[in-house]
Amino acid sequence: MKKEFEIISQIIQNNKRVLDIGCGDGTLMEYLKFNQQNDVRGLEPQKDLVQKCIAKGLSVIEGDAEKELVQFPDKSFDYAVLSQTLQAFLFPEKVLKQLLRIGKQTIVSIPNFGYWKVRLHLLFKGTMPLTKNLPNEWYNTPNLHMCTIQDFVNFCKEKNIKIDRSLCLTNERISEITNGNMLYKNIFSQLGIFLIK
Amino acid sequence: MNKETKNIKKLIVNQSLELDCGKIIKNFPIAYETYGTLNKSKSNAILVFHALSGDQFVTNINPITKQEGWWATAVGPGKAIDTDKYFVICINVLGGCMGSFGPKEINPDTNELFGTTFPVITIRDMVRAQIYLLEYLGIDKLLSITGGSMGGMQVLQFASLYPNKTYSAIPIACSASHSAQNIALNELGRQAIMADPTWNKGNYFKTNLSPDKGLAVARMAAHITYLSKKSLQEKFGRKLQDAGSLKFSFDADFQIESYLRHQGTKFVDRFDANSYLYITRAMDYFDLEKQFNGNLSLAFKNTKSKFCVISFSSDWLYPTIENKEIVIALNACGANVAFVEINSDKGHDSFLLKVPKFLETLSEFLNSTYKEINNEKRI
Repeated sequence: MKKEFEIISQIIQNNKRVLDIGCGDGTLMEYLKFNQQNDVRGLEPQKDLVQKCIAKGLSVIEGDAEKELVQFPDKSFDYAVLSQTLQAFLFPEKVLKQLLRIGKQTIVSIPNFGYWKVRLHLLFKGTMPLTKNLPNEWYNTPNLHMCTIQDFVNFCKEKNIKIDRSLCLTNERISEITNGNMLYKNIFSQLGIFLIK
Repeated sequence: MNKETKNIKKLIVNQSLELDCGKIIKNFPIAYETYGTLNKSKSNAILVFHALSGDQFVTNINPITKQEGWWATAVGPGKAIDTDKYFVICINVLGGCMGSFGPKEINPDTNELFGTTFPVITIRDMVRAQIYLLEYLGIDKLLSITGGSMGGMQVLQFASLYPNKTYSAIPIACSASHSAQNIALNELGRQAIMADPTWNKGNYFKTNLSPDKGLAVARMAAHITYLSKKSLQEKFGRKLQDAGSLKFSFDADFQIESYLRHQGTKFVDRFDANSYLYITRAMDYFDLEKQFNGNLSLAFKNTKSKFCVISFSSDWLYPTIENKEIVIALNACGANVAFVEINSDKGHDSFLLKVPKFLETLSEFLNSTYKEINNEKRI
């Protein structure tokens, strides 16, 4: 399992109700359910991935988060999880608002567009950045609203969203983001993971 | 209409059951069939509910009609609902015509066939009647319940009535309340039967005739609704019956006409016209939402079952949107639910046909549920 999922699993701990939005093939859900006895649900737009999840015994609904989240009652999950998907929505702000409504706490991870390789790529090559985390060309990328760690933190401040924890990943190494190291982390991290409410 | 009742397993229920219409029935037969073996812990039983035109003979050769069972694609050794592994039960619904209490049974009070004096039954009555067989078989909790179309409605009703009697539930291509369009289509079928003069207000059994023409038309109309426009077009197009040319008559020029006529005639050999009236009525009356004062999620509020709702992309009779309403209601009450819409251009009938993605999902969901339960038991 990738490092990001390990971190998310550690935040969630055991015996919680979790909704994984854009759960893919269910890797994180599987771990949360079978290793940590969480009560997990998933939402995934791709049929073949939904079928994979069902085969694993995971309760996943085929559907688009931008339309389907309204059906879940307020605070019906301890955690709503959105892993590296926020940037792919047409209206990320609306989706985030739904997550904050459904989950008592929400875990959001974002690929950091402020990562130095991304910056250098644009600066020196003058073309849209391609990295391990951002492998698609500008014309076929699902990512519509890329942001940096700093952008996300600013956004939360502006919308009065409380950030309980901010973590970042750099080459599989995890560290905390603080006010003091923000500038540095925004350059050297590939991924930001936030616990918000 | 067949009159044979040999080779049919029956349970005579000697308790009394109050129907939704207020009438009380007792000492009534329910006909059933089972496949596979019930394991020692009785944890491998799956109750399959049949649809409008089905019966208890899910798979193998139906001993009465000599045709293959209606769900032989999904049920059998090594199939999605694997009878080497699971114990499969199917019961002919109340109002049916394959041995269960219905309009072609004898009314003990009059010693005559019921005909249309049979009480109007509901999906809830059908489900309540089936619980007696589970008691008889000594099964406290089923591994799963499943069925498509009207079978799916029974799944929903069962899950709602008995929140603790099944580990999982698979409603397929169905709806929690029958839509105006579906009521309209059923009414068309009923009117076709009733317009046949031999129907004789349901008393055709007193004559030597039966409303075969009316029933055949009802079946033809219904059959169209089970298919999609695309599948009809691909299979038949404008192909002519006799390769030559148009006959300038009202014989079956087109292959689609002859196919429908064949479906109609084939159906009257095995189905009772009055049963058709009663069962379609039960479908029309089905409104689970109304049973809970307009809040469908209350229907599932106590459920412990794990659901897997399945719909088909080209099903216009029970479209995805109606199946999704079930999912939404289940989510609203925090139930455990998975949902997938299977891509298929075969229309509503997809659940009866070889649609690999569908059969895989069915098999895998059952398999994972079975594994989970047995792991739980070991702990």
